[in-house]
Amino acid sequence: MGAKNNCKKDRHEVQYLIGENMTGGYGGANILHNCTIGVDKGEIAVVVGPNGAGKSTAMKAVFGMLYLSEGQVRIDGEDITHLKPQERVMKGMGFVPQNNNVFPSLTVEENLEMGAFIRTSDISDTMAQIFDLFPVLKEKRRQPAGELSGGQRQQVAVGRALMTQPKVLMLDEPTAGVSPIVMDELFDRIIEVARTGIAVLMVEQNAKQALNIADKGFVLVQGSNRFTDTGQALLADQEVRKAFLGG
Amino acid sequence: MFGTHKTKLLFLLMAVLLTFIGFIQSWNVSLAILNLCLISAIMTLGVNIQWGYAGIVNFGMMGFAALGGVAAVLVAMPPVTKGWEAGGLGIMGGLLAAAITIILGIQAWTRLAGQSRRRYWITALIVVVGYTASRLLIDPAVSAIESIESAKAGYLGGLGLPILLSWVVGGLLAAAAAYVIGKISLGLRSDYLAIATLGISEILIYVMKNEDWLTRGVKNVNGIPRPVPYEIDLQESMWFVQLASDLGIASDELSSIVVKLCYAGLFVIVLAGLFWLSETALRSPWGRMMRAIRDNETAARAMGKDVTARHLQVFVIGSAVIGIAGAMLTTLDGQFTPASYQPLRFTFLIWIMVIVGGSGNNMGSVLGGFIIWFFWIESEPLGLWLISAITATMDDASPLKMHLLESAAHMRLMTMGVVMLLVLRFAPQGLIPEQKR
Amino acid sequence: MITDVLNALVLIANFVIVPGLAYGSQLALGALGVTLVYSVLRFSNFAHGEMMSFGAMITVLMTWWLQTQNISLGGLPTALLALPFGVLGAIALCLFVDRTVFSYYRRTRAAGVTYLIVSVGVMFAIGGLIRFIIGPKDRVFADGERFILKARAFKKMTGLSEGLSIKTSQGVTVIAAIIIVALLFWFLNRTKTGKSMRAYSDNEDLALLSGINPERVVMIVWIITGALAAIAGSLYGLDKSYKPFTYLQILLPIFASAIVGGVGSPVGAIAGGFVIAFSELFVTFAYKKVLGYLLPEAFAPSGLMQILSTDYKIAVSFVILVIVLLIRPTGIFSGKTL
Repeated sequence: MGAKNNCKKDRHEVQYLIGENMTGGYGGANILHNCTIGVDKGEIAVVVGPNGAGKSTAMKAVFGMLYLSEGQVRIDGEDITHLKPQERVMKGMGFVPQNNNVFPSLTVEENLEMGAFIRTSDISDTMAQIFDLFPVLKEKRRQPAGELSGGQRQQVAVGRALMTQPKVLMLDEPTAGVSPIVMDELFDRIIEVARTGIAVLMVEQNAKQALNIADKGFVLVQGSNRFTDTGQALLADQEVRKAFLGG
Repeated sequence: MFGTHKTKLLFLLMAVLLTFIGFIQSWNVSLAILNLCLISAIMTLGVNIQWGYAGIVNFGMMGFAALGGVAAVLVAMPPVTKGWEAGGLGIMGGLLAAAITIILGIQAWTRLAGQSRRRYWITALIVVVGYTASRLLIDPAVSAIESIESAKAGYLGGLGLPILLSWVVGGLLAAAAAYVIGKISLGLRSDYLAIATLGISEILIYVMKNEDWLTRGVKNVNGIPRPVPYEIDLQESMWFVQLASDLGIASDELSSIVVKLCYAGLFVIVLAGLFWLSETALRSPWGRMMRAIRDNETAARAMGKDVTARHLQVFVIGSAVIGIAGAMLTTLDGQFTPASYQPLRFTFLIWIMVIVGGSGNNMGSVLGGFIIWFFWIESEPLGLWLISAITATMDDASPLKMHLLESAAHMRLMTMGVVMLLVLRFAPQGLIPEQKR
Repeated sequence: MITDVLNALVLIANFVIVPGLAYGSQLALGALGVTLVYSVLRFSNFAHGEMMSFGAMITVLMTWWLQTQNISLGGLPTALLALPFGVLGAIALCLFVDRTVFSYYRRTRAAGVTYLIVSVGVMFAIGGLIRFIIGPKDRVFADGERFILKARAFKKMTGLSEGLSIKTSQGVTVIAAIIIVALLFWFLNRTKTGKSMRAYSDNEDLALLSGINPERVVMIVWIITGALAAIAGSLYGLDKSYKPFTYLQILLPIFASAIVGGVGSPVGAIAGGFVIAFSELFVTFAYKKVLGYLLPEAFAPSGLMQILSTDYKIAVSFVILVIVLLIRPTGIFSGKTL
């Protein structure tokens, strides 16, 4: 995979999901400047950077929650730049927001059912798969999601997004506010998800641990790409370590 | 002060309408409407101080107006000495016991703040014991008082002081009640505050309807003294009879008109005074701060403004104004009728006045009070006239026509509702929007 | 001795428990409507009383027509046949009002206070319309057997000196309430649409993300609320009599029930309804006779032994409401709050 150069034009053609040369903001000033992030099937791509770098914004842009004055978003070669988020879900995207990502008064099982709301086919197989992937959810299937611990709730949130059998799973800071042990467990699960062939695009604050499991890493600073390489390469890079990983 | 052209035009329109009614129906009717318009304007002013300045939703105007009315009774009616002899001591004792209970109860509640189970039990105990004690003291006193001349009196009476004083006392009474109510409920969100104030005012009215020893309950208090001459006295004085024949108007009709004009004069003075005070307050630094808080409460809190205290101030002041208006209304009526305090007529109708007139704008409130009251009263004859015109061609005996004529009176509820909805949708600032300063 | 206790119990059953069950059911159904609108549309609907009145009015009109056509339901009130029409009428009204009034404020994301004041305007408009159509007077439209169980029959059966009577309307109310509540809970907990409503109420953004259609949810809420309002209003009018004014009065006890039980929680609305109903009755009940049965002769009370006089009946619900708002605004079942 990894040459260390930043010119990856031919690589972009191969990527399953890509938000390319994105420039945009929430209405006032632009937050993203010519930013590109993308991920391939079965890959884990991680977006890191300092606070305010625009990581979550970039992800939201790919999901369609942001107005882009320039740039394009493509999935499997198809241009989806002008689709609404719900429409992108139909195209095979799954999104796990950072906060408020479960239905607290609904049971775990009902949360999963709601995740599959737009599906008309039988969902019991998918639910069985999710329960295999996250055994604790099976255990607590009849409990209201709001009563679960932080880490378990994150699992519900991810499970909910997976119920539509998406081709791409996007996670916005999934380990925010959880303990290190729970974080390790979550990352293990995410690796398993990727192993099933789903493309995983993840924004993370815990850069070191995230890059450790990443096939590809994007370091954003002030809304534009600074470094792009494999996770391991970025971890080994002196410049990156000094600037963002605390040496 | 009279602001834009639009304002002047609307006031002119009101004057024209009232004159019109004077000619078409009668001057008495027109003046009666004018007097109630003035009172409504004052009430609307009071509500606007709470809603327009601070964004507080008060649905309890009915209670505050009634407190003003009670003040009229308590201040101006002569005391019933026999009643006091029979039960005064018992009542005093009972009220004292109740007051002690409340103080102890609040003390217990706040001091035991950390130990929730104990807190509930001890406070409950205090309340139960205190309540029983007060009832034991009050009940026999109440039946004693109410049995004294129950047809004419049956209550404690008042202090026998001049009636105009009661307008001030009404304001103070309402302010005191508002302080207590505000202290306990202003922390609630607007939905709940509205419901709570509605509930509390209903409770107040209930007390007034049932505690005969205080207010004669549903037997009403008649013959409240007045600050203007009586029609009879006028009709019996020589100069007045002379005046009537000079003007060519019947003596009794003229006396009625003169009395109403006197009231109108008094009311205009009060309205003008309150209006001037409100405008001054609005333009002052205090007023600017209130509006800043209303527009962005979180920012205001962050800047260290004591938002709760400010809200309480506004709540108390606005309620005091409503109390004054309530006392004025009872004075005008000459009687205190607890059953007449209905939420529809007081609380909700006045809200329509605020909305239509223009929230946040004092002149708008006054105008809103005038216009809505006018249409509320006139929509009955107007509706009747309209329905008659529409059904003129129909057979007189047809049940539909009779039903329509009967129902004409109720059109006003519907029209008021539709007017309010239209204003809220298409002109949410009201007729006279708040001026941006 | 045993007969004394039994007599006392029958007294309480007759004057508190049976009326409380009926009144509580009516409040519960009304509170369910209020709480549903609150949890999904996020405002307190002050027009709910008038919506109940409207549904009841249609039922009354239809009942009269059925009566002129000599159609009846034997011992049961004819109104039961007319009720579906009342339900349809109320649903149509709710959808109409939502389309013409409330949807605008949803589009412009108005503040909660605005909705409140708007609903007051709606209250006026509907109230006026109702009085225009049917007039403000008292209307009795109950017919059929008045009693399921008569006091005299009870006394004969048991040999006790106190009698227990159960009115047909009371029985109908309780049974209808049980059926409706069961249906509602089945809908909310076992159907996809019902769950999507709960999801929307729980977390609107996530629900939209999941592809739940907000306009559809809103429409369903108004349909259910309209149905509940019509049924509650008709049962209330059947029990006492139909008078437009009473539906403004009952608004506060209904809000009290919803808030006491925990606004936003259907279970809370039901619990709250019964708490309010029984409180009103227990607090204003004259315990004189009951104590007379239970206590020995020497202690028999002379006064009525009421905690509060009967005049204060409705005031009780207000007092409870205010106390709950101050002490525990989330209510018994911790609904959504401040």
